[in-house]
Amino acid sequence: MNTEKNTNSHIYWNPYFGGFLLGIIIIFTFLLTGRSLGASGAMKSSVVTIVDKVAPTHAENNAYYSKFIKEDESPMNTWLVFEALGILFGAFISGSLSGRIRWRVQHSPKISSRRRLLFALGGGILFGLGAQIARGCTSGAALSGMAVLSTGGFITMLAIFGTGYLVAYFFRKNWI
Amino acid sequence: MEFLIANTIIPTHWDSIIAICIGIAFGFVLESSGFSSSRKMAGVFYGYDFAVLKVFFTAAVVAVIGIYYLDYLGYVDVGELYIHPTYVWGAIIGGAIMGVGFIAGGFCPGTSLCGVAIGKIDAWVYVLGMFIGIFIFSELYSFFEPIYTGYFLGNITLIDSFGWNPYWTIFIFSLIAIVAFVVADFVRKKIKKVFY
Repeated sequence: MNTEKNTNSHIYWNPYFGGFLLGIIIIFTFLLTGRSLGASGAMKSSVVTIVDKVAPTHAENNAYYSKFIKEDESPMNTWLVFEALGILFGAFISGSLSGRIRWRVQHSPKISSRRRLLFALGGGILFGLGAQIARGCTSGAALSGMAVLSTGGFITMLAIFGTGYLVAYFFRKNWI
Repeated sequence: MEFLIANTIIPTHWDSIIAICIGIAFGFVLESSGFSSSRKMAGVFYGYDFAVLKVFFTAAVVAVIGIYYLDYLGYVDVGELYIHPTYVWGAIIGGAIMGVGFIAGGFCPGTSLCGVAIGKIDAWVYVLGMFIGIFIFSELYSFFEPIYTGYFLGNITLIDSFGWNPYWTIFIFSLIAIVAFVVADFVRKKIKKVFY
């Protein structure tokens, strides 16, 4: 029983099944709230909260932070933050059921974990920056945008995957 | 407004609870589809694993067909849904930066949260990077403001932009997705397998 579980920990759902359920969740979210899913919004709220706590006057004077700071409410009290907490819970449940929970750095055997972490940090910085410029990430802009045929959603999706394929050659050592 | 919350069919203080429930479903599906693994995600760019393409496009096709079908039946009005706004250069430049970030880091924000939940240290570092990236954007906001707020075309859809018939657009979009799936399976058979 135990060995069976170990060998199965990298067996994932059929992608069409996962995609179908994800599509249903998007429809349900739009129906229930009129809004869409998102992931980078919660991280923006966290950054705004941290800066607001550390340097309140600086946050108020900055044209970007001040958009999200309200007098009577914490910037963390938004729909997207609760949704992101849900993502953490949901992924944890799924990971527990399949025995995938453990501390590790996942990387190709051809590179060191130090190199993997450096690239992960750089990738995160770029994604965080890009998601602000495009006003949303793969979930909020591309996926939820495409679900309602938003022109901006399609442009963002093409830009993300188009650039990904264009520069994939230069990053090949990290993955293959 | 047809929406249950906005329509006070469900009281607004349930908003956060519903947000958490939707998030749990979202996170569960992403993790179960293997999106907590950066090496599986990156496969789409090298042809050894097309799970990202299949999950992403299946979700988009199912969602768009469902939403327009509910609109056709009169349960929702597509015009009242939140349409992601179109800032042309923001979408292109931001998307291009995200594309490089995607292949360097192997995650996107939603999937990095899944990695964080199951203990991937690279995902924790990636999220830390995102915080730094957002911080850089906010501090240099005056520099980015022209592309952030400029070239604004409104909350438009492909229907507004090109004057296409929505049903034909969705039909052709679905065909493109199916062709992409067939091509993906063909490519994957030609590419050397990568074990991860």
